[in-house]
Amino acid sequence: MTMQRLSGWGRTAWTVADVINTTDENTIRSTLALAGDRGAIARGLGRSYGAAAQNAGGTVVEITSEHDPMGIDAVLDPISGILDVASSVSLDSILRMCVPRGWFVPVTPGTRFVTIGGAIASDVHGKNHHFDGSFGQHVLSMSVMLPSGEIIDLSPEVNPAWFWATVGGMGLTGIVIRASLQMLRIESSQVRVETERLANFDAVCDAMSGDGEDDSYRYSVCWVDLLATGSSMGRGVLTRGDHASAAEVDNDDPLRYDPRLRVSAPGWVPNGLLNKLSIKAFNEAWYRKAPSKRHVGMESIPAFFHPLDGVNKWNRLYGPQGFIQYQFIVPLDRTDVLRKVIETFSSAGVASFLAVLKRMGPQNLAPLSFPTEGWTLTLDMAAGIKGLAELLASVDSMVLDAGGRHYLAKDSHVSPSAVRRGYPRFEEWMSTRDAMDPAGLWRSDLARRLGLVDPRRNS
Amino acid sequence: MKNGVGVAQNIVLFGGTSEIGQAILRRVVKPGVSRLVLVSRDIDAANRVSQELVGAHPELDVHHVRYEASDATSMEHVVAEVADSIGDIDIAIVAQGLLNEGADYYANPAGLVEMVNVNFTGEMVLLYALAARMRSQGYGKIVVLSSVAGERVRRGNPVYGATKAGLDGFALALDHELVGSGASVLVVRPGFVTTKMTTGMKKAPLSTNPETVAQIVEKGIASDKKVVWAPAPLHWMFLILKNLPIAIWRRLPI
Repeated sequence: MTMQRLSGWGRTAWTVADVINTTDENTIRSTLALAGDRGAIARGLGRSYGAAAQNAGGTVVEITSEHDPMGIDAVLDPISGILDVASSVSLDSILRMCVPRGWFVPVTPGTRFVTIGGAIASDVHGKNHHFDGSFGQHVLSMSVMLPSGEIIDLSPEVNPAWFWATVGGMGLTGIVIRASLQMLRIESSQVRVETERLANFDAVCDAMSGDGEDDSYRYSVCWVDLLATGSSMGRGVLTRGDHASAAEVDNDDPLRYDPRLRVSAPGWVPNGLLNKLSIKAFNEAWYRKAPSKRHVGMESIPAFFHPLDGVNKWNRLYGPQGFIQYQFIVPLDRTDVLRKVIETFSSAGVASFLAVLKRMGPQNLAPLSFPTEGWTLTLDMAAGIKGLAELLASVDSMVLDAGGRHYLAKDSHVSPSAVRRGYPRFEEWMSTRDAMDPAGLWRSDLARRLGLVDPRRNS
Repeated sequence: MKNGVGVAQNIVLFGGTSEIGQAILRRVVKPGVSRLVLVSRDIDAANRVSQELVGAHPELDVHHVRYEASDATSMEHVVAEVADSIGDIDIAIVAQGLLNEGADYYANPAGLVEMVNVNFTGEMVLLYALAARMRSQGYGKIVVLSSVAGERVRRGNPVYGATKAGLDGFALALDHELVGSGASVLVVRPGFVTTKMTTGMKKAPLSTNPETVAQIVEKGIASDKKVVWAPAPLHWMFLILKNLPIAIWRRLPI
């Protein structure tokens, strides 16, 4: 155990905790037994943006196996495509193991450097949410360690309440030890991608609306230029696609998978490098780069799903003050709110390097799972922007008033009431959580800020 | 818990009626701040201060704790009482202090003891108690209102200057002790600030007001600085003043 300073991927709100890195069940058990009154939380690869996987003054059990000399702790059934995998394993390792054998992860977020434990705890989603739902829906079963050290099996059939409280439960119900996942059969490692440039926000919403066409693509997402104004306000580049068949790939090794990291962001980037001017220039180039007519092409898995993973430690590009990612969802008929939010950020001069719009499919059974039928917009911005707290508070109200909510895996600022308003089944989740952890062992900085654990104990 | 955009959820002001302290609160209380504790001798006066803040931030939950700033032995208990009412302390602003400009300590040595107890002994024990609490929290920021008067103690108010010199040195070293704990100290060195404390006094060069000090403190907290001067050019002025020969220094009309 060592005292270590931790933050999320956004590099804000650093705190110090006693950190132990282990994948050994007995070591985890004895660590939990020794945890003090500030509790414990599991941490994977630290890709959640805010404070979900840190625990100020308490214990953090870092469960990753990136450099395990024993190799990947996962077994793939080549017939059924069921993967039995340790929670410490990353999607990166799984893809390296499974893509050449013709199996793909059922859901991947924008980075493959997340662990199975983290993917379940955040109930991550990807470009296929409208088609396949979120990560938890592909988990057939999992084993979870309770505060006592006891390991229990959970599945949608066996103790469904505890299973779904753990899916999207931000690690506050127990530590996921292993999981069994249904993988997706693929014939090639290429994705057939249709790219389309859309001149304004109405065109974007029209193209992605659930009129049938968008539903026929497994993957669909739109990059939006938040700095464009006037008649091009909200213009975007829509990319949609599906895994290519072996026949479509003109290659003697259609399942070849080579996700090499290309460059690393240097550690000395100053605050303010990503500013309104530089992002405006990037957006213009990005928009112009996309073909003006609909274009079909082949892209590799890393290029299509994980473009930012090509730059190692890209989170440093925002400088030492870090950045926040703002992701919310509003019901399908509230495109007016999306527009208002975009206008609010744009008129406040907030530049977002990444702005991504996606139409989500129906909600699953997990009370704290973020995705629900509607539009989700994701943007990131430098944390040091003047007046950001006030600006975000006003946008939060717009989102909540429209019946929307915020994604906890990305949150670094919302108020405790935002979770209670945004997640109507919050109280139900709290009572299941309390039943799974009566003494309140699981704690994280996120849980402290949002009162996700017993609010009477806010230390 | 502090959040990702630099807002502290739980804030405590020691010296709840201090004008500079109040000005800092007006700056750092913004959407996201949930709980505020005003620790003061006079709860009624502190309550009047909080009315304005609650007016601007209706969701703010304000607590009051009574203390005697000179009573060093009570500080551990005071910090425990604060933590009991709000949980973790994200930012503690320590603005207790006496100035007693023009006091005649030859005639009133007890006043000297009182000043040392409030400005130095009591505050040092308070800072230790806060540091212990924040060390166990794994994070936290202590803002210490020092003064340029401690940079080089002047003949006009040597007791005040000496308490600030001692406090300043202690606070800097406390920050060093806290390295690696997640907690840290920000030392604020204002020059002449126009407040009720300085009413009737002749303004010194580079004088400032509570609002400017507050603005500088807010920036200092965000930038993770260890020392801020208010206003900033005082830093350079004191580099010179500190190095003046004694014969000149003691004759300066400041």
